[in-house]
Order: sequence, then C-alpha cells, then structure tokens
Amino acid sequence: MTILSIEKISKQFGGLQVLSDVSLKLMVGERFAIVGPNGAGKTTLFNIINGLLKPSSGKIVMESQDVTGFKSQEMWQKGITRTFQRNNLFLGLTTEENVRLAVHARHGLGRRISLPRDRSLQADQEVQRILETVKISERKKVLASDMAYGEQRQLELAIALAGQPKILLLDEPTAGMSPAETNDMINMLGGLSREVAFLIIEHDMDVIFALADRVMVLHLGRVLAEGTPKEIEQNRDVLEVYLGGRGESKPL
Amino acid sequence: MRALAEFIIIQTLNGFVYGVFLFTMALGLSLIFGLMGLVNLAHGSFFLLGAYLGLSIWRLTGSFWVAFFMAPVASGLIGIILEKIWFTRFYQRSHTDHVLLTLGLSFVFADIAKFFWGVKIEALPKPSILDGSINIIGTQFPVYRIFVIFLGIALFLLTWLFIGRTKIGALIRAAVLDRDMVIGLGYNVRAVFTVMFGIGVFLAALGGILAAPITSIYIGLDLEILIIALIVVTVGGLGNIHSVFWASLLIGLSETFGKTLFPELAMFLNFIIMAFVLIIRSYGQPDVEEQLQ
Amino acid sequence: MKSSILAVFLALLLVLPLVGIKPYHLSIVTEILIFSILAMSLNLLVGYTGLTSLGHGAFFGVGAYAAALTVNHISHEIGVILVVSIIVTGVFGAVIGWLALKLAGFYFLMVTFAFTQIIFCAADRWRWLTGGSDGLVVSQAQFFGKLIFTSPAMIYYISLGVFLITWLTFRQIVYSPFGQALVGIRENPHRMCTIGYHVRRYKMAAFVLSALFAGLAGILYVQFNHFISPVHVHWTLSGSLLIMVILGGAGTLNGPVLGTAMYLYFQNLISSFTEYWMFVIGVLFIALITGARKGLLGLGSTAWERLAKGRSSP
Repeated sequence: MTILSIEKISKQFGGLQVLSDVSLKLMVGERFAIVGPNGAGKTTLFNIINGLLKPSSGKIVMESQDVTGFKSQEMWQKGITRTFQRNNLFLGLTTEENVRLAVHARHGLGRRISLPRDRSLQADQEVQRILETVKISERKKVLASDMAYGEQRQLELAIALAGQPKILLLDEPTAGMSPAETNDMINMLGGLSREVAFLIIEHDMDVIFALADRVMVLHLGRVLAEGTPKEIEQNRDVLEVYLGGRGESKPL
Repeated sequence: MRALAEFIIIQTLNGFVYGVFLFTMALGLSLIFGLMGLVNLAHGSFFLLGAYLGLSIWRLTGSFWVAFFMAPVASGLIGIILEKIWFTRFYQRSHTDHVLLTLGLSFVFADIAKFFWGVKIEALPKPSILDGSINIIGTQFPVYRIFVIFLGIALFLLTWLFIGRTKIGALIRAAVLDRDMVIGLGYNVRAVFTVMFGIGVFLAALGGILAAPITSIYIGLDLEILIIALIVVTVGGLGNIHSVFWASLLIGLSETFGKTLFPELAMFLNFIIMAFVLIIRSYGQPDVEEQLQ
Repeated sequence: MKSSILAVFLALLLVLPLVGIKPYHLSIVTEILIFSILAMSLNLLVGYTGLTSLGHGAFFGVGAYAAALTVNHISHEIGVILVVSIIVTGVFGAVIGWLALKLAGFYFLMVTFAFTQIIFCAADRWRWLTGGSDGLVVSQAQFFGKLIFTSPAMIYYISLGVFLITWLTFRQIVYSPFGQALVGIRENPHRMCTIGYHVRRYKMAAFVLSALFAGLAGILYVQFNHFISPVHVHWTLSGSLLIMVILGGAGTLNGPVLGTAMYLYFQNLISSFTEYWMFVIGVLFIALITGARKGLLGLGSTAWERLAKGRSSP
C-alpha cells in the first residue's frame, strides 16, 4: 500500500533548476534509499517533502491526501519527521530535554501551562523509552553540546522518532561516523518497526545494502535510475556517474 | 511663490547637510555590520568623541583645521586599539550580545566624557574661511553648510570607488558575502577587520567634528545621532553601502522638513518610516522562524 | 532557589513594614517589587523565548496611562481599572506583536524600539489625552468604595501581593511544557518548526503575556507614584530593564528580581556617592556579559546561577 506519492516534483531557485520531474512511490513500512552525487538535489527533495520548501511544480500525496504546500508543522502532524545532515539539536538543553520537546508536541501538550503529575510521568517514561531505543539513555542529563558527535547523531534520530512518524526522512544519518558507530546505526534502524517507512539519503553503500528495499539515484536533479540495491549496483548509467563501488565506505 | 521656492531649497539643503552627518555614522555602522557582523550601538559615542577631541585640540592649538584633521585620525587610532583589545572577541557572539555589550559601552563612554568635558553644552566655532554666507535665491545660506554637502558627496564618491574599484574593496565585498571563504583563501581577514573598524570610527568622528559647529557638543548627542543613524541603516539595509547613502539623505530630509513643517509629528515621523519599511519588507519573505541560524 | 532560602525571604518581606523600616527605604523596596514584575515579564520574552526587545517600556507606559486615565475619568474602582487597563495593554501587545514578530534579531529589536518611541511621542505630544510632558497626577483607587493605597505600608503590601501572584504565575509557566517550548524556540526555532510547533503562535503568546504583565506593573506603579509622565515610556526605561534582567541572569526565574534589586539599589546608593553611577553599572554589565563565555545565557553557568535559581534549566 502506497503511503507517499511524489509526483513530478520540480524546484527552481532563480535560474537554477535543482530538481526536475522527480517521482517516487513509497510503500507502508518500506525502506527507500536516495543516492546521488553532492548537488543532486537530495536534501532539497527532503526539504520539500517535510514542508520547509514549496515545490515549483508537482504534487505530494500522502495517504490519499494532497499535502503539496503544507508547512513543516502540518507535514509533521501527518506523520512525517526527519533528521538533518548536520546536527540540528537544542545544544543548550540536555539530551532528555531535547527529546521531551518532541514528545510534548506529539501528544499535543506543547501549549499547556500546567501538566498533571501522571501525564508528566508518562512523558518522562516515553522519553526514557526513546532514549533507550537509540541507546543514549545513560547520557540523558548531559547537555547536547557536551555529547560526542556520534551520540549527537543518535540524539538527532531520537528527536525524529519521538514524533511517532509514519514516514521517517533520514538525511545521511551515518555522516561522519566511524565504522563501529555506523554498524550500530544500521542495527538500530534495521530494528525499527515495519510500521515506519523511511526515506534515507546515504553515500555509504554498506548501509544501503543492509537496509534499503529499493534505491533511487538522483543526478543533477533528475531520476537517473531506480531499483533494488543489486540492480542499481550493476546499472551502467549509475556506474558511469560514479567512481568506486560496493564494500567501501568511501563516498559514492 | 518665491518664498515657497526659497523655503523648499533652503530646507532641502539643510536636509542634505543633516544627511551627510547621518551618512558618516551610518556608513561606519553598515560597514562594521556587513563585514564583521557586529551591531555597534556605541557608534554614537565615537561621533561624540570626534566632536569632543576636536574641541580640545582646537582649544590647544587655536586652529579649526588642525582639530578637523587630527580628531578623526586620533579617534580612528583609539578605535583600532579598542578593536584589538576588546571588540574582536565578540564577532562570534549573537547580535543580542552585541547590542547589550555596546550599549553598556556607550553608557561607560558617556560618563567618561562627562568626567573629562563636563555637562555644559560646548560650542566649536567655524573656521574663518568658511564663516559667512552666500546668496541662494535671495536668502543667505551658510558657506559652512555648503562645505559639508560637498564633503559628503566627496565621501560618497570615495567610498564608491574604494569599495567598487579597488582590490581591497573587492576583498571587503567578498568577505561580506562569505567570510569563511575569504579566510580559506588565505587572506588575513582579522587585519582587514581591524582596519575597517578603525575607518568606521574615523568616519563617525569626522561626522562629529563636522557637525560640532552646527549642533554644538553635549552629552546625549551620542544617543541622539545613534538613534537616527540606526533608522538610516535599518531603512537602507545593514551591509549595503549605496542604499545607506540614499537612506541618509531621505531621513535627513524627512527630519528637516518634519521639524519645520510638522513639529508635532517630527519625532514620530522617522520612527514611523522605520517601522513601516521594516514591516513592509517582511512581507513576502519566508517565515523568519524557518531560517536556519 | 532552595525553598528554605525562599521561605526566609518571604518571611522577611512580610514583616518588613512592621520592623520599623524608614518609609523612604520601604518605598525603595516597593519600587523594586513593582519593577521586578516588569523585569520578569521582559525576561519571559528575552530570557526564555530569546526575543530581545526594547519595547517593554511601551507596555508599561500604556498600562500606566490607561490606569491613570481610567481612575481620573471613568471609575475609582480598582476592579474597573484593572479590566480596562489590561484590555488596552493586551490590544497594544497583540497588534504590535503581530506586526513585529514577522522580524527577528536586530530588525525585531529596531521595530520594537520604533514602537516604543512612537508611543513615547504620542504621550509627549497629545496633551489633550496624556497631559503631554507635564504628565498626569493620578487619583487614588478604591476597593468597593474604600481607599486602599492609603499608607506606604498598604501600598507595599498590595505590591507584594501582586508580585507574589506574578512570581507564582511565572514559576508555573516556565516549568510547564509551554515554557519549555519557549526555551526550545530560543535555542533552535528552525528545529521547533519541524517537530510540530507553530513557533509564531508561541512567540505571539509569549509577547502578549509579557505585555500584559508589563501593563500590570504600570497599573500598580501609578498608584504607588501617583504620577505618570512620558519619561516612564521612554526607551531608556526599556534599556534599563534589559540591564536589570541580564544583570540578575536572563532565562532564570529569580534572576530578574535579583537584577532589579541590584540595579535600583545601586542606582540609589551609588548616585549618592558619585554622579558617575552609569559608569559603574556599565562596567559591571560589560564584565558580566564578557565573562559569560557562552554569551548571554552563559550567565546561567556562573555564580549568579547558583544564587538566582536552583535548577540548571530552563
């Protein structure tokens, strides 16, 4: 069952065409990777899907509802959350405070000036649960700015998970991570419930082979190819565009 | 009819004069913000410094011109020293921090000025060459003010040439657009900052001594001129040299005509212009919250 | 702050008029209480939401003038005065907030500054309404017909009461999800947008709320001072408020109270020794901000923090 349908999305910035006629269909619970050289428009696509940018043309349909042009808050409300390529945390707050903000939002508590004790405890427990899923619960009282880079990437993910997404947008979640950390991230993402679909931008083919059901290759804002990881790996056009191949952690 | 023409021409010239004073302030403010990202609310203090130093030098030497040339230079040097020992540490901080720090500094400066020069209103006489008036459409208009206008035009042209046509100017323009890139290319940006800060202070001080024979010198002048200069840079845009010039003239004119035509509204007018420009400009911009910091 | 320390303070404040304090000193404490309300309201905007504003003098002034005009011309009843003045201040807050919040940073500061000056100019020029630069003498308010602001002690206790209500309200707000959201907005408004917060609405709420409490301080002030003039609306009041908030520790609950006390106390104390008291405050202020490596909110990690409040955040 299709949960998200991107139909011929194009985006221009002034004279620069960043995306042209990009289409994809995402199934419920599917793991879909988007790859491409830098400048291919991948992050722009994410920005459009999660409502930070409006497309110049095209449609976005989620669960049969046209959500094109929805603002970021509204996309989030529909169940789309994301992580960012560069850590986008609340650096002055502790790990648990970072996640709590997202938990409050998910339960519509953000506006409240008072919170009964039991609801507050519930929120605490949920924060704890999320931190444990992402394996940083022992660091919950640490300021986000004091965390190691890899831990910050995990926190980045925790905030997105706290939104209880139906669709999770992951923008290079393993960027800058060591092989060990990358492995942990792969296991964590792989262990996520199949109720959550994800779109993942990645350069590391190991991650893609471990996680992705399907892959789409973007080049200069256009779809170059789409298929299973194995198909993409052997695709001539794709090989032409890239140097290097499978098994190495070096960027595509 | 003739009286009307007279009025308009004289007040327009007066407006330009005021605009020149504002330009000397706003140019420095804008440069310092555009290049270093520093919001400097102590800039009015430098204007006042130029005036007071000029006063003291004149008292010492008896010559207006010596004071006129030395006060801005001395102020510029003081500015460079201040930049190296203090301002340079704050470029990384938030604009809020800049506002608070420089505001605090302006209070400190005001009391220092009070200590050295007292609270009396001081006068600085015009130099004898420029004392006197010429006939413009049947009215007398002070020569000194003509001098101010010409100086302002010269200043604008100089700035335009410097920023637009020299290598250093190109460097500055590049740094305003992308500081890190310029650093990455190996240029000593810190030195450029220091020099530019000194120039900014020099300009403000120049404005101060230029204005002194007309406005007199007193504590409080620093804040007065700062406020209007802030309106100018807000309307003209921080970091944009050309529009700062035109905005200076505009606000100078509105201030002058406002005071003479609508004294009731005069104080309001500039603030309404500023609020209006800011709010209109915000329409059509994407939500300010969604911008990455 | 540890509850025991707070309790001691409270007890002290309660018995102050009874222990033979001079009326002059009592009035200083009253002034501190009133300005603390104002500083706490600004802190909600500056310290918690991260919106540095020079506009608070305007809301204080609007509340004060509304209260003055109401008691002089409409009714002496404190209830009526409160309702009218709060509504008027609220409207100003909503309108200015709606216009100003489209901007951020330096431009937001400038537009709040512009509005303060516009209101100042109106207060100064519209003699028919505000008495112009001469100001207005304010009649005494009544509670169901009885004069209540009769003695320095009465004025003190009423101010203390309002202060305590304000303090308790702000305490509730800052520890609530709403308060935490404001901090989130201060730290990273972009991220807040992407986790479902309609940031603009939160900013509006904080803006209007803080304007209302500023107005409340103004209402109280005219009964304390029995006089209001444009000087009370000038942007330099807004500037002093900022200093008070930061001196004590922005983004903390008790910081503004501490800062107000320090500022007003110093103002009274130092200015009796020297006319250069702005120099002293200026240097202190600069030293504090310079010393806080993490900037404004870094004050939270210095000694002030331990003095001003007991929690590490918000």
